[in-house]
Amino acid sequence: MKTTRDEARRQTIGRCLAVMIGAAALAGCVQIETPDKPIEINLNINIKQEIVYRLDGDAKKLIEQNSEIF
Amino acid sequence: MSMKMWKPTGLAMAAMAATAAVALMVPSAMAQRDPAYEAARAAGQVGEQPDGYLGYASTPTPAVRAIVDDINIKRKAAYTSGAPGGSTVEQFAFVTGCNLINKTKPGEKYMAPDRSWKTRDGGAPVRDSRCP
Repeated sequence: MKTTRDEARRQTIGRCLAVMIGAAALAGCVQIETPDKPIEINLNINIKQEIVYRLDGDAKKLIEQNSEIF
Repeated sequence: MSMKMWKPTGLAMAAMAATAAVALMVPSAMAQRDPAYEAARAAGQVGEQPDGYLGYASTPTPAVRAIVDDINIKRKAAYTSGAPGGSTVEQFAFVTGCNLINKTKPGEKYMAPDRSWKTRDGGAPVRDSRCP
């Protein structure tokens, strides 16, 4: 009688564990949807004139070195 | 046996050297626009935006859309990895956009600061007042 109860308890613990692992697996599944819209145009950018001039050379270099995407 | 062991090593070295040579050659081979992208630019279907990305000057076909999306993703990656310290990705993209609008050829489209699409002519393009 005792062994049967132990077995039953073990089974219950086993089932609980299975459910918990299943739930954790579901929670860990993050769905990422690819956006349908193109990247939005942001013209309200905050930039100081000194940064503009500092970045100008780097920008020109970037265009030169990646001409296939510009 | 030792000779047999050496042969594959030599081959492997040759293969590595060949791979390195190809890797060195690829940037110059890739440094040209895709013909479909070039055609879309020339046709005025796509244009340069002030934010450093491409936009559709007219309702895009699925093919044009795919080209623009692909290039914009690559541009974003380039701005992200290339933005110098002390500047944001958006700032770097913006300054690059100023340059890109400047470089448009007559007939190509660009977006003016008021968000209207303009066709580049012989004169200077209408750009954001903060452009260098």
